[in-house]
Amino acid sequence: MKHRLQFAGKKLIRMALLLLGVSIVTFLLMCASPLDPLQTNVGQVALGSMSPEQVARLEAYWGVDTPPVQRYLGWLGGVLHGDMGTSLLYRQPVLTVIGQRLANSVFLLLAVWVFSGILGLVLGVAAGAFRGKWPDRLIRGYCLLISSTPTFWLAILLLLIFSVWLGWFPIGLSVPAGVAADAVTFVDRIRHAVLPALTLSITGVANIALHTREKMIDVLESDYVLFARARGESETSVILRHGLRNVSLPAITLQFASVSEIIGGSVLVEQVFSYPGLGQVAVTAGLGSDLPLLLGITVITSAIVFAGNLIADLLYGAADPRIRRGAARE
Amino acid sequence: MKHDRKEKNRRKSTILFLAAAVLILAAVTAAGIILEGTATETDFSRTNLAPGTGGLFGTDWMGRDMFARTLAGLSLSIRIGILTAAVSAVIALLAGTAAATLGRRADAVISWCIDLVMGIPHILLVMLISIACGRGFAGVVAGVALSHWPSLARVIRGEVIQLRQAPYILVAEKLGVSKFQNVRRHMIPHLLPQFLTGLILLFPHAILHEASVTFLGFGLSSEQPAIGVILSESMQYLTTGRWWLALFPGLALVLAVILFAVLGERLRQLMDPSSVHE
Repeated sequence: MKHRLQFAGKKLIRMALLLLGVSIVTFLLMCASPLDPLQTNVGQVALGSMSPEQVARLEAYWGVDTPPVQRYLGWLGGVLHGDMGTSLLYRQPVLTVIGQRLANSVFLLLAVWVFSGILGLVLGVAAGAFRGKWPDRLIRGYCLLISSTPTFWLAILLLLIFSVWLGWFPIGLSVPAGVAADAVTFVDRIRHAVLPALTLSITGVANIALHTREKMIDVLESDYVLFARARGESETSVILRHGLRNVSLPAITLQFASVSEIIGGSVLVEQVFSYPGLGQVAVTAGLGSDLPLLLGITVITSAIVFAGNLIADLLYGAADPRIRRGAARE
Repeated sequence: MKHDRKEKNRRKSTILFLAAAVLILAAVTAAGIILEGTATETDFSRTNLAPGTGGLFGTDWMGRDMFARTLAGLSLSIRIGILTAAVSAVIALLAGTAAATLGRRADAVISWCIDLVMGIPHILLVMLISIACGRGFAGVVAGVALSHWPSLARVIRGEVIQLRQAPYILVAEKLGVSKFQNVRRHMIPHLLPQFLTGLILLFPHAILHEASVTFLGFGLSSEQPAIGVILSESMQYLTTGRWWLALFPGLALVLAVILFAVLGERLRQLMDPSSVHE
């Protein structure tokens, strides 16, 4: 147990260092940008008609003249006190904006994560078990097709089919026209989340299924499966008792590693469906050069990804006694 | 063993496929460059025509021929894809070999960098780098090129670590061959097949990310005939039923990406000793 705690502690320190790195890299990239936040948000014409004092005040607001190191240290000091600064575009604390948007996205992301994970595992196991036969070919073809399809185009296609032609789902806006934002019913929310969730699930399955298939094939060619077959175990029993068990380990890693991919996909999908989630606000912040907000989003999504990896590492040990002992011995 | 003479062997069919795929992609690229002028030509007497009456892919609201625009966009995507995938792969090769050969400290630093880059959701990272380079062509190329190397670098690092313990490398070391010579003469030839397939398998990702980032507005500017630009414009016309603006350019992109993906996969199977005789 002590070793397990040590292992987890080491991972946590590494994670904190990585997050620090992420914030520095993000900050440097935003600072290196030649795009003038005043030009992009206020506009050339408006800037020209302003008095020098007004421009100076705006520059101070966007932090143009403060040296980067000072700005970064100020930001870091704030974060340690639980304050991620104020969004320049929304004029609200960054944490409030992210919290609101994340609350909208979390439901969508979780649904997609669970659904694509389970379906991917099932498809992967099926493809591996039927290696070379038609179910395998079908699943592999599907995976190839989907992993070659841009997520946003798939989203556009689904929008075209289900919203424009069939009219089953609304076209955008998670708040219907003429309804106050807090009067939106739960059913409405779900109706708006169906298509984004469907798009992300369709794309999320491919990667997991392909990797699971590889593992399944490895397992089915191992000596212990040969022995099990020689003992006369039926094919179903081999797959359920030997295949699934051994595939479940890499499946855990895959499942948690897919978090990053799903968040990335949600940026695109939310943009197409104008779903007011974290991804959409990231695009807005990026286009408007809103440094504090984009920095906050990057750090928080990276923290989610790293936390996913950490959980996978810990679960790996919990699921496989060999790894547990190996980690303890280190 | 019974051998069916009519059935071509895999190596031959793959080489045929490879030649055909390269030919098609080269033709698309060339056609796109030639058609770039036509793609921006506006003709207001024939706007919003559906496919059939308005050419193969129809026309848009400015009377531009969608077929020419699609080809030009695809050509641009392929060129950017080749450029970025090549840069990414070279970074991966350098980082991977450096991590495996320059000692523990270098390994720790590079592994940390790999974890860092992989920790930021991919599309966000491409967006950030693109912003840092002022968006546009330079932004998209830098963004895609600088964010795709980690996974390949990891593979190469693992491979080199394994390779370092190989008897022939150990013998060379004992014979006094310098580290650099060893990498150049013994390791790189061994790594080259894996590196090349990794490079080709990077294309699909690179092209898709280029289109995605452009679609979001962080990439190529709206005057350029890029697939991402075409699709993001088509979003405004979806509700009025102009489906062809979105369908065909996307379909063309998918086909090009599949071609690259299958090419890489075939090459991998052929070069990988464990599956070469399948």
